[in-house]
Amino acid sequence: MSTAHKYGDHVDTDVIIPARYLNSQNEKELASHCMEDIDAGFTKKVKNGDIIVAGLNFGCGSSREHAPVAIKASGISCVIAKSFARIFYRNAINIGLAILECPEAAEDISDGDDVSVDFDTGIITNSTKRKTYRAEPFPEFIKQMIADGGLMASLKKSQK
Amino acid sequence: MGMTMTQKILADHAGLPEVHAGQLIQAKLDLVLGNDITTPVAINEFEAAGFSKVFDTDKIVMVMDHFVPNKDIKSATQCKQCRMFAKRFGITHYYDVGTMGIEHALLPEQGLVAPGEAVIGADSHTCTYGALGAFSTGVGSTDMGAAMSAGYTWFKVPAAIRVNVTGKKRPYVSGKDVILTLIGKIGVDGALYKSLEFSGPGLSELAMADRLTISNMAIEAGGKNGIFPVDDITRDYLKGRVSREWTAYYPDPDAEYESVVELDLDEIDCTVSYPHLPENARPAREGHDVKIDQIVIGSCTNGKIEDMEAAANILRGKHLADGVRGIIIPATMTVYRECMKRGYTDIFLDAGCVVSTPTCGPCLGGYMGILAEGERCVSTTNRNFVGRMGHVKSEVYLASPAVAAASGITGHISHPEEVM
Repeated sequence: MSTAHKYGDHVDTDVIIPARYLNSQNEKELASHCMEDIDAGFTKKVKNGDIIVAGLNFGCGSSREHAPVAIKASGISCVIAKSFARIFYRNAINIGLAILECPEAAEDISDGDDVSVDFDTGIITNSTKRKTYRAEPFPEFIKQMIADGGLMASLKKSQK
Repeated sequence: MGMTMTQKILADHAGLPEVHAGQLIQAKLDLVLGNDITTPVAINEFEAAGFSKVFDTDKIVMVMDHFVPNKDIKSATQCKQCRMFAKRFGITHYYDVGTMGIEHALLPEQGLVAPGEAVIGADSHTCTYGALGAFSTGVGSTDMGAAMSAGYTWFKVPAAIRVNVTGKKRPYVSGKDVILTLIGKIGVDGALYKSLEFSGPGLSELAMADRLTISNMAIEAGGKNGIFPVDDITRDYLKGRVSREWTAYYPDPDAEYESVVELDLDEIDCTVSYPHLPENARPAREGHDVKIDQIVIGSCTNGKIEDMEAAANILRGKHLADGVRGIIIPATMTVYRECMKRGYTDIFLDAGCVVSTPTCGPCLGGYMGILAEGERCVSTTNRNFVGRMGHVKSEVYLASPAVAAASGITGHISHPEEVM
């Protein structure tokens, strides 16, 4: 059971993790304020493995890596959006937060739907609505980076 | 197929004869930047990976600017971590209280970026240096940590939008009005993943201060970078700042652009972006009904000496309206001192404003000007997202220094002509 938590367009990194909490790098502490300024009840309702579904330009604004870190540490297993802001996209991959661009799924999935994701194929299954959607799976080099454990582990491997 | 300015810089840094949009490349970096919020995370990654040295002690810049002088124990701890790392690894360009400035104002001022260079920074507004004809873009902390060791990073070569600038600037119009107008036209994701490449006869109207402000906010249109061609204005700015050799890159005549956006300066008037997205651009003349509680003049976007000058010219001999708080933050120590020399500081103080040493503070709701519920601020910063400067029910209106100063005097959003 992965419950979808749905948001609109242009969810920025200031609402994902407000700057007043950027004096910390502790992921649990960051997670305790995740989405606070857009959805004050988020941390109470989110369960391990849940999914965030959003519209256009998710993660726009500041480059703070604290944003994908807070989302990942809050238990979210994947973010599905119509599109992502580019720095957030990079950061998410680098820290190992799964993200998928899929306008069709992002449009169709409702808040509270039960959704699962197959990262190898890019197929998103919505059990509530009994529908599937197809996202572009990660290219090989990104899959490899994630398999290596993220950018740092991948770089370390290549420098050996 | 020809290449854009950005593509040419990336090709050279990747050691390739040519690149095309969408291609994944590894490029050498001329500079890697971080601040007191993003660098600690990069250091953690760097250390966790077991790296024992940095790729070049002269090509890493650390600027303590977001929460300094430190606002609390936690931010002091983050700066201490950066300070100790910089000392341990012999980082030449480490800027702390007393020498620091807001990073994107400081680096060009100190000549740390030259045309044709490739720069990444763990701060989204790293795109500022496109004003100098460099390729620069924001990344996250893990990218910074990896690049501090490797000296290179991977990029997806961006497609480009050409912005054709024509016409002449109207009185009181500055780079801020130009970029807010552009973002209003194309939207906050109008340049997503792409380069904004500026061109056209109107560029001669845009001083380096205007260009730095314009490139600074390319990210607010989703852009990867925003770049200007090198011209006499660039060369003048570099005099006395950059002595090393650099390369000017110009687009090929057959460079490919996804689209062309026309910007006629004659049609651009003073502009304000309303909450809660930078794309909500409206004429400053139509803001009478928006009563305000605070103005902020400063930030990486508008904290340069030219911005202080524009504000001082409006505030000279005048006073803030009753109930309006004015916070002025020169972006670097050089600007701070110059404000004193030129008498701007006295003008600001006489007008009822406070003048702070450099900090990003209020721009991101860190400290030094946080808004309460229901309060409104006209700010020369770059983002007006929900809760950006404080309470989730506060509002930030983005504008130029001249508009912010004029609005401070009247107590509502105002075109400078209203007070001059």
